[in-house]
Amino acid sequence: MRDAFMAALTEQAQKDSRVNLIIADIGFKVVDDFVAKMPDQFLNVGIAEQTMIGVAAGMASLGKRPIAYSLGNFPTIRCLEQIRNDLCYHDLDVTVVSVGAGLAYGTLGYTHHTVEDIALMRALPNMKVYSPADALECRAVVELLPTTPGPKYIRLGKNKEPRIHEVQPDLSTGAPVLVRDGSDVTLIVVGPIVTQAIEAADALAKQGVSVRLLTCPVIKPLNIAAIRDAAAGTAGIVTLEEHTLMGGFGSAVLEALAVNGWRIPVLPLALNDAAAATVGSQEYLREHNGLATDSVISRIADFTASV
Amino acid sequence: MVSGAGASHIGSALSVIDIVSVLYGRVANVAPDRVSDPDRDIILISKGHSASGIYAVLGNAGYFPLEWLDRYCVDGAPLGGHVTAHGIPGVEFSTGALGHALPYGAGIAISSKRDGNPRKVFVVLSDGECQEGSNWEAAMLASQHRLGNLTAIIDRNRLQILAATEEISSLEPFADKWAAFGWEVVEVDGHDHDALEAAIGGEHDRPRVVIANTTKGKGVDFMENSVPWHTNSPNAEQAADAIAQLEALREEVAR
Repeated sequence: MRDAFMAALTEQAQKDSRVNLIIADIGFKVVDDFVAKMPDQFLNVGIAEQTMIGVAAGMASLGKRPIAYSLGNFPTIRCLEQIRNDLCYHDLDVTVVSVGAGLAYGTLGYTHHTVEDIALMRALPNMKVYSPADALECRAVVELLPTTPGPKYIRLGKNKEPRIHEVQPDLSTGAPVLVRDGSDVTLIVVGPIVTQAIEAADALAKQGVSVRLLTCPVIKPLNIAAIRDAAAGTAGIVTLEEHTLMGGFGSAVLEALAVNGWRIPVLPLALNDAAAATVGSQEYLREHNGLATDSVISRIADFTASV
Repeated sequence: MVSGAGASHIGSALSVIDIVSVLYGRVANVAPDRVSDPDRDIILISKGHSASGIYAVLGNAGYFPLEWLDRYCVDGAPLGGHVTAHGIPGVEFSTGALGHALPYGAGIAISSKRDGNPRKVFVVLSDGECQEGSNWEAAMLASQHRLGNLTAIIDRNRLQILAATEEISSLEPFADKWAAFGWEVVEVDGHDHDALEAAIGGEHDRPRVVIANTTKGKGVDFMENSVPWHTNSPNAEQAADAIAQLEALREEVAR
């Protein structure tokens, strides 16, 4: 996904000189092609995320379209006030990108677990939030950028995520994207954890539970009407995300349903409210932080049976 | 203005007001009828809490109707307690949280240099604000890119909210710190307009910092060098006294 992002961005920057890639010393070998092709549209500010966002904001004030790229929580939480005041308050066209979101860098410890970012970015005015599930969704998100003004946040996985879609989805309306149809329950997923959702859907099919599986790469603005329609005829909505429960995608769905007065049963599946002190692979940490595949399967089955 | 509002930072406003007057009036390529001119210079007020002083300068320079000043901090009024670019001609960037404008200014300076645009960027900071690490991140970057189009002017009034800067987290040797970061350093009397003009103006081939030595609460005897007058707001009697003192100063300057 990381390579897909950088390839799509490089193409865009070649066509539009306003696109500037700004990094805070992250992207070993990843940015080389971009730098070789467009050295004057690239800037490494050093290990200085507050400055990365401030510089990006200043450039955007001149009409540039900067992309501020870093890893994990560095481009978001480390410089949250710069994002809030410099970007969102001024509604500047800057795209903040975090690579390795969720538990992708699980072995590197809690400092690198990016599991509160959706909540924080979603809370900020003017901010748009995207979480692609595979390389094609990632390219589709990058293609939204030129026509979507103001601040944006993209939550990337790491790399080599399996391809989920056959063709590049159209994300222009923000509607969730169908992965496979089903009739008993609707499972809507954000990000690369969709692979676990597919595994769960397969297991549930063997138990006689038919899962309608979708991804929702556009988290804000949330197309709640499309989500409601996508769940039509099923028992309810299960959301799944590699993020803490509070303020994440499931929260967004619940808030929007409540505001509209649409009473659809929802089971939000997310990570525990815990700073994981253990290290391990992405799968290991999911298992130890509330998203073990067996538990996901049984909770979806119980939810479907109970509503 | 600040008395009616019950919101102040009057000490900071009075220490910075000469710097800002010189910047808008004498040095920068700006004018009230060219606030959207793409070739104008960019003035950024990082110490957003000095809003009352900035707005007094902008109002008197014709950037917006003087009557706006009478409604400072009134419900729904354009002018609030921290400078905002939202709807205020002449203000480029909304601040209030410290340590934001120097990185922003560096971004403008880098892009301007790359684009071959001759615009200059001036950033007005407080001295206490230099305790924010983001300024030093930006200082390093500005030096790395030899941003001769970037000038920082520091209102060195030596006081912050609770005490003297040197008692809390010392800035000295202040000039040496900036020099060590690769900046050209000029020290000046921050209330001497001619000296300020000479220090801030002119060409340089790397970023310049002007350390403007000022008096917090300048011009009002009971506010000068007073810690409480960072946050205090004058009552009607104090306001009348302060205005009388400032008017006397104005007449003295006019003579």
